[in-house]
Amino acid sequence: MTTSQPATLVYQRPTSFSEATTHYCPGCTHGIAHRLVAEVLDEMGLREKAIGVAPVGCAVFAYNYFNLDFVEAAHGRAPAMATGIKRVLPENTVFTYQGDGDLASIGMAEIMHAAARGENITVIFANNAIYGMTGGQMAPTTLPGMKTTSSPYGRDVELAGYPIRVSEMLATMEGAGYVVRASLHDPAHIRKAKKAIRRAFETQERGLGFAMVELLSSCPTNWKVTPNEALEFIAKQMVPAFPLGDFKVHPEIAKLRV
Amino acid sequence: MSKQLLKGNEAFAEAAIRAGCEGFFGYPITPSTEFLEYMSRRMPELGRAFVQAESEVAAINMVYGAACTGKRVMTASSSPGISLMMEGISYIAGTEVPAVIVNVMRGGPGLGNIAPSQGDYYQMVKGGGHGDYFPIVLAPASVQEAIDYISLAFDLADKYRSIVHVVVDGNMGQMMEPAELPPMRPLPKTAPDWAVSGAKGRPPRALSSIYINPYDEEITNLRLLKRWLEIEKNEVRYAEIEMEDAEYAVIGFGTAGRVASSAVRAARQEGIKVGLFRPITLAPFPKQRLKEIARQVKRILVVEMNSGMMLDDVTAVVQGRVPVEFYGRMGGVTPFPDEILGEIRRVASNAAPVNGNAREEWIQRLETIIGGQA
Amino acid sequence: MQETSIIISGFGGQGTLFAGQVLAYAALENNLEVTWIPSYGPEMRGGTAHCTVIISSEPIGSPLVRRPDVAIVMNLPSLDKYEPLVQSHGVLVANASLINRGLERDDLKHIYIPANEIAEEIGMSRLANMVMVGGMLYLKPILSLKAVQASLERHIPDRHRKTLPMNFEAMERGYAFTQEALVQTAS
Repeated sequence: MTTSQPATLVYQRPTSFSEATTHYCPGCTHGIAHRLVAEVLDEMGLREKAIGVAPVGCAVFAYNYFNLDFVEAAHGRAPAMATGIKRVLPENTVFTYQGDGDLASIGMAEIMHAAARGENITVIFANNAIYGMTGGQMAPTTLPGMKTTSSPYGRDVELAGYPIRVSEMLATMEGAGYVVRASLHDPAHIRKAKKAIRRAFETQERGLGFAMVELLSSCPTNWKVTPNEALEFIAKQMVPAFPLGDFKVHPEIAKLRV
Repeated sequence: MSKQLLKGNEAFAEAAIRAGCEGFFGYPITPSTEFLEYMSRRMPELGRAFVQAESEVAAINMVYGAACTGKRVMTASSSPGISLMMEGISYIAGTEVPAVIVNVMRGGPGLGNIAPSQGDYYQMVKGGGHGDYFPIVLAPASVQEAIDYISLAFDLADKYRSIVHVVVDGNMGQMMEPAELPPMRPLPKTAPDWAVSGAKGRPPRALSSIYINPYDEEITNLRLLKRWLEIEKNEVRYAEIEMEDAEYAVIGFGTAGRVASSAVRAARQEGIKVGLFRPITLAPFPKQRLKEIARQVKRILVVEMNSGMMLDDVTAVVQGRVPVEFYGRMGGVTPFPDEILGEIRRVASNAAPVNGNAREEWIQRLETIIGGQA
Repeated sequence: MQETSIIISGFGGQGTLFAGQVLAYAALENNLEVTWIPSYGPEMRGGTAHCTVIISSEPIGSPLVRRPDVAIVMNLPSLDKYEPLVQSHGVLVANASLINRGLERDDLKHIYIPANEIAEEIGMSRLANMVMVGGMLYLKPILSLKAVQASLERHIPDRHRKTLPMNFEAMERGYAFTQEALVQTAS
């Protein structure tokens, strides 16, 4: 028998993650976003009281990938469903995980009013500027000129309007305690994104109102580019259109070191 | 507790509270708004959840979320609002979580009007939302009965993890009648074993209406269907007046049934051997008892505040054994007892079989009435 | 007692719905069956308002009637609408203050009461409804004046409680006015 130095743990699956293999495409950033949420729930010790609300969209099976209680909402209605849960179980940690079609198109009313009510929930908003699950149609966040299967000539703003900047809009709500846009296109930004997710859950745990983190995300499959090109697209095309930043941070959260 | 004079919508809301409702989510709409207003006062007093949602779509999804915690939760609305809720109702059915939905029906289709109607029969009884599911539908006919059946609605919803619709119309929502409220039921201390509550000391639970593999969905459909057959066996409810020796039966539910009861009593005074059969569970429909009635009476008159929707269910059960006739008012018009009395007299004096379609014959009679009113 | 149906109709703000509720409470508290049903919706906001009250010793079927036994009409449009509908030999109580025509029918037990003037004499013009109820109770004594007053005392909203004596007086004046008028007609 040989002796060795005690092992240093450098990586392990978060307890809040299940052992399932995700169905996401290669190069998709959903997996990263899921992992950040799971790590934060672990670090804050929230797993056993967390209830997630999955959307309709690529993350429809999110409940399979987390090792915690989950419900599955109708398209766009996750904030309403989360409201119902949080109102009858105020001690639990309730979060939604939504894409841009779900949150910013069909679910616009629900997200706006959840924020306006100061609903004490956390929203993880993956913005990849496209409908992924249905195969790459134009989304409310699709960039001007961007080609999708339903804007084959590129998004014509004269006909199809302009992309919606959700974070800027929600930051105007009195009921919002924390609204931040982060990006998942490189490790430095991923670290920042995790801090934002942490603060968004801290906002809920402290009862400071509605919290949302918008995560600029990639969709190499439907953008029809390689994973690396997709990350570059985020950095070069999406970040200018959707500036990163803290749009609203409750003073109590601003003081917080995470 | 003794009888009090209670306003329909407010009494229904208090009945729900006393049955243990811990969450109400709604949106204002006439003629059910007093339900929401009452809840907005009472629920916070009791430390229970009340949200005036941004739409009926949001309201039903709040109900959906809260229902996933296993607590007794509900909404109340009126016809156009219920249409908007149909998406969420289907999800609730598919997720097999209990919820109580009160529909204070009004005239339609479309924006229609705010007058009392029974035009949502198909939407309520036949499902309304997409997919294969079977809601329980209760149709009380007085403030007291509504109080009692709203309590029962929560029990049935829990027992069968089912949607229970309580359908009344604007008359019942707005009227005052003496009624007695039940005592406040204590709230349960534990959640059911399927509910989400945080995965503490147990494997996680996922509540969803998605079964991406058609075979899994089929198994779910079968489970829902078998549960429905159980409900059909156990939960049929109806009321009868003067049916023992009846030679003619009037069949109506809710307000139409109640108005018909006045006409039946008046007809008995005239010596006509007529009785009233009033289904209380529109779903499950009281088929067995109706079959017996079809063997007992010479003729049946169905009375509704719609274009003859329950008529189709009655006809399907009676299967031509006796003639079935129809009298309805639509669009938010409530029939008066004298109209139904006239119909009872006609049905009882006419020994000849009705030729063909009850609905077509009724349209001809109705057009004379409407023509006279216009 | 036999089923009695009463329609009370007037402009919004004339207190027709509350007048009906007072009768409904009194019926309940005297062990009778009762239903009260209002007109509701946009028409309530400034337009006409009416309610139907049915009182009986037997369970009540329809809460609505086409032809009421009693009509209390607080204004001319209500008279126009309900005069033809009251049951033959039924009762009609009309507000003479706002109605400038006589009856077309001669089979009705009826009274014209200057309800607004009487209410103003009492010092509260809004009590015309209670004056009319008082008159009705003389013509159709389904409940005693005392019984209705006792129910009003139990159910008057707290913010109006100080007006209770005036409410009582309004009912009594309406009752007495009707009594005197009919005695004069008879003599």
